Order: sequence, then structure tokens, then C-alpha cells
Amino acid sequence: MTERFMLSRRDLLKTSAAGAALGLASASFPISRAFAAAATVGFIYVGPKDDYGYNQAHAEGAATLKAIEGISVVEEENVPETVDVQKTMESMINLDGASLIFPTSFGYFDPHMLAMCAKFPDVQFRHCGGMWNKDKHPMNAGSYFGYIGMGQYLNGVAAGHATKTKKIGFVAAKPIPQVLLNINSFLLGARSVDPAITCQVIFTGEWSLAVKEAEATNALVDQGADVITCHVDSPKVVVETAAGRGAFICGYHANQSPLAPEKYLTGAEWNWAKVYKMFVDDLMAGKPLPNFTRGGLADGFVKMSPLGPAVSEAARAQFDGTLAEMMKGGFSVIKGPLKNNKGDVVATESQTFVETAIELESMDYLVEGVVGSTA
Amino acid sequence: MDSTEIGLWGVPLAMLGGAIRVSTPFIFVSLGEAITERSGRINLGLEGTLVFGAMTAYAVAVMTGSPWLGLLAAAAAGLCFGLFHGWICKFRGVNDIAIGIALMLFGSGLAFFFGKPFIQPSAPDLPAIPFGGWSDVPQVQAALNVNVLFLIGAALAVFLWWAFRNTRAGLILRVVGDSSDAARAMGLNPNTVRLLATGLGGALAGIGGAYLSLYYPGSWTEGISSGQGLMAVALVIFARWNPLGCFAAALLFGGAGALGPALQSVGVTQGYYLFYAAPYILTLIIMIATSSPSRSLAGAPGELSITK
Repeated sequence: MTERFMLSRRDLLKTSAAGAALGLASASFPISRAFAAAATVGFIYVGPKDDYGYNQAHAEGAATLKAIEGISVVEEENVPETVDVQKTMESMINLDGASLIFPTSFGYFDPHMLAMCAKFPDVQFRHCGGMWNKDKHPMNAGSYFGYIGMGQYLNGVAAGHATKTKKIGFVAAKPIPQVLLNINSFLLGARSVDPAITCQVIFTGEWSLAVKEAEATNALVDQGADVITCHVDSPKVVVETAAGRGAFICGYHANQSPLAPEKYLTGAEWNWAKVYKMFVDDLMAGKPLPNFTRGGLADGFVKMSPLGPAVSEAARAQFDGTLAEMMKGGFSVIKGPLKNNKGDVVATESQTFVETAIELESMDYLVEGVVGSTA
Repeated sequence: MDSTEIGLWGVPLAMLGGAIRVSTPFIFVSLGEAITERSGRINLGLEGTLVFGAMTAYAVAVMTGSPWLGLLAAAAAGLCFGLFHGWICKFRGVNDIAIGIALMLFGSGLAFFFGKPFIQPSAPDLPAIPFGGWSDVPQVQAALNVNVLFLIGAALAVFLWWAFRNTRAGLILRVVGDSSDAARAMGLNPNTVRLLATGLGGALAGIGGAYLSLYYPGSWTEGISSGQGLMAVALVIFARWNPLGCFAAALLFGGAGALGPALQSVGVTQGYYLFYAAPYILTLIIMIATSSPSRSLAGAPGELSITK
């Protein structure tokens, strides 16, 4: 019995070594403090950070921050949109000392990020999406997003010239406002070339479901769609399947042209590096961070992939013309007269919604010419 | 009518094509699991083996340029996982279901870890045989582009069905699965038989994984399996441990999975979440219709821990 309380020689050595290490660490603390990060920034991804898509676009942005002196970046990938993300945020705050967190996936916001905002009022949270509302949500929360719908409009212009069947296809994950705006923009871009074009949409119901995305792409091509784009987390499967079936592709999130160089027309890409740098610059300067950050092509939040070899001269001319128009600012994709695909008017003759219009962030319809349903 | 317009015919065609395209991993995993369960053990870890097989096949195919070497490597990796499961389970007091769950997580985690550098590169695909040459309709041609692994899977199902009944190995497997005591009385070592059966099951699951990453959908991503390995294990019970039943059930699941996208593509756009649930609803209905409170599951091996 007494033996249990006696220290063995080995234990004694261990304990004293640990104590010495601790002493050393605390002694060196003031020195290392000077070199330590002025701020730690946390990034949370819903999937792998090299997925040829959504998460890769964010991770590329995060990677550019690592070069900034005094900033240390912590990342966690494959975090589900469940209470898991709350645990991730807590550990980033408590263990890594993160003062600014970017939960990048749509489903992280409510209730997970909001719960953490209430629990850690000194930490700043910026969510990728359009959910933050001044009246409803705390001030240490916020949202940032790019107007990538414009990019899908330009995709549509390229698609409108490339399609022979006058039918284009869209593989979508879930019917949320940003996805619906992308679908509508893609069709309206194509209709700016030929008003007879229709767009078939298939919702897979999940952000990342490889087999279902492949099935959806096959089903679209079976029904005669000859240009395919998508809004899923990783467009890799859609791009490869569509190219394998001989359809043209417009990319999304990141540049997928290496996957199908001959069939890739163009693509709408994020440029998050610019956005994250903006936030971090404000943080370092001690300025309050903006709660509501938006930007489009003209602001450098969004960029287009270089046009592929299958893009015709006429398409190239219209693409460049439209892009130049957008860069001037004030371009509207959603403008009257416009009906939804149930026949209701969504924009009257005189109504135009520029990309910054807040109405677009609660979009719940598909425009006339899109074959599909939001529920 | 334009030759590319197939309208409503797209739905049955997509289901046929989907059955052929999507079912192959189900076929291999469920046949593998059928062998394992017939020997009296359950290996729930096949989901992990499937994912690890997909990663291994893709990685080896990228590095060597040969999809067949990738397939072989996936089978070998699956064999190792299976043998590991079989070896641990021979010890006293080890629960095969718990080990299976552990191996499922271990296999997926290991695949994610080693698979990181292979998400970006493209690997060569396994070849497909075009059976649709007789038709002028491109959709039919696409649907009948049948991968060799599907044909091998179909042949394997028939062979196993025959072998379970008519060969010495099949008899040994069934004896061990039905009664360890009877097997020992015959001079057999149940642990060895189960070890081999689990190893073989793992190898087949690895091949199923290779199909996922090297043919359809044909790329390595961490979400490639989305639970297909687990579903295939459930299919075995659904198919009453009969290899032909496994094959039919796999086809049914593949076809039902294609229903949702196909219906949306022809304009039936309402309620797609319900269509996506179709395979599971179908399973429930068949399970309820064929079960009975007055007898145990027909065909269940007696030594299986879920039926004991």
C-alpha cells in the first residue's frame, strides 16, 4: 500500500525534467512573446482544402495570409455543419488564441457561429455567405461574400455561344439564394446570346456527393444539355463526367481547366486572398472590422478563368464586351421585365437589381427558362 | 424529333445506366461481406476498406500510369485490412462489430492522410466495353458503356452462388458459419477459415473502392464513398446472404439512386428529396414484407453475432 505513494527514481527524474522544461519555457516566454503572432486567424472548411472547388478557393486565400508577418493561421478541414464546428471554434479560441475566425461553410452560421459569438464576445467571426443582419445578429459577427453571379452570367455568355442544342445544364447542391442567383445568372447570360436557350437544373441535395453529381451530369447530358456548369463544393466530378460525355464545361469556385482543357470554356472563380488580406490589414491596424463585406468582379473578389480553345471569336467578343461593362460597375443581371418559371413577375419593367441589391440575397425563385424547382 | 431528344425515355434509360454504373461497388462489397458473414463474422469495416481501396487504387494508378496495377494494389490493401480484422477477432472476448467500426474509422482516416497529395492529379481510368454500338442514340450508347468490373462482379455473383452449394470450400465456409462446434468436430479450425473469409471479403471491398476512384465517378475525393460501404453491408442481410440476391439488390440500389436526378432532368422537379430517399424506402418495404415475427431470418448463418 505504501509503495503507491513512494516516488520511484524514474518518476522523480520525469517530474523534475518536466519542471525544468516548464521553468525554461516560462523564462523564455517574454522573448518568444515579442516574436509571437500578433494575431491568430482561424479558418474552418467543410471539406478537404484541396478539392478543386469551394474549400480550395478559401484555402488558397488563407495561404496568402501565412506570408504576412505577425499573422499565424490555424486551419481545420472536414468539419461537419454540426455541433462539431462549435467545438472546433472553441478550441481555436481557447487553445490557439484565435482572435478572428472564418467559418467558411454556409451551414456553420446558424446556430453554431451565433452561439460562439455570444460565448466569446471579444472574438471576431466572419462567415462566408449573406446571412448577417444588423437587426438580428451580434456585432462581433459578420458576413462576407463575392458577387459571383456575374461570373456565372459570363459563363452563360460563353455557354450560349457554344451550345448547339440550345439546352444547357446546371448541377446544383441546395436551393439557397446564392445558388439560385447563379442558376438564374447562367441562364440569363446564355439568353443574352439567344433568348430561346433553356437551362435544366438538377439539385443533388448535398454540397458534396460524388456519385449523385456524376449521375446528375449524366442525366443532363442524356436530356440533350451540351454545356454544363455546377454549384457544388467540388466540381471535379462534374467536370470530368461532362467532358467524358463530350459536353462543354463552365467552371466554378476555382480553375478546373487542367481537368478538361479542350472542353473547358471559362469559369467563375473566387479571389479570397484579396478579401482575407483586407480583414487582416484592418485587424493589424486595430480598426473595427466591417460586418458586411461584398464585392464582385470590379472589386477583385471574383475573377474569370482564361477562355478555353473551344470559345469562338464571336463569343470572345461578347464575353470581353460584357466583362468590360461589368468592370464599369452598375451592371444588372436581374432586371425587368422578368418572370419566374412559375409565371409570376419578379421584376417589373422599371426594376433593375444591381449586384449589390440586398433583395438578391433572399432570392427564392428560378427565372423563366430554367427548368427546375426550388423545393 | 431530334435524335438527342429522348424525353421521358430518359428515366428508364437513366435507371438502367445508373444500375450498371452505380451498382458495381455495392456488388463487390456485398459479395465480399457475404463471404465473411457466411463464415460467421461481420466486418463492418468494409466502408473504411472501400475508401482506402479507392485511395490506393488512385494513388498507384497515378504513380504507375496503369489502372490495373491500381486495382491490384487496392485488392491487396483490402486483403490486409480484412486479414487484420480476422486476426484480431480470433482472440477471446473480441467483438467483431466493434472492431469493424474501429477499422471503418481507421481505414477512412488513413486514406484521407495518405490521399492528400492525390486529390489534384488525374489518374487513367479502367476501360469500359461499349455494348451500345447497335444503337444510334448516344444516350443508349452511354448507358451501355459497361465497365469490365461490372461484368466480373456479375460473374463472381453467379460463381459464389454455385460455389457455396457445390464446392468443398463452400461447404467448409457454411459449416464454420453455422456451427463452430460442428466445424471443430470435422477437424476444421474456424478461426483460420474466418481469417481467410474476412481477408477475401476485404480484398473484394478494395476492388469496389478501385471502381469508385478509377471509373465512376472516377476521381479521388474524400467524400467519394458517402456511406456506400455501409449500405453494401446492409444489402447482404437484405439479400439473405445469397450472392445472387446481393447482385440483384445492388442493381436495385444503383437504379433507384439514379431515379432522383433522372426525374429532375425530365422536368419532374418537385419533391426530389423524397426521390433521393427512394432506395431506403424500398429497403424498408421489402424488409417489412419479408420478415416474420415467428421465425428468424431465413438463411442467416448460425454463428453470426447479430442472430445469436
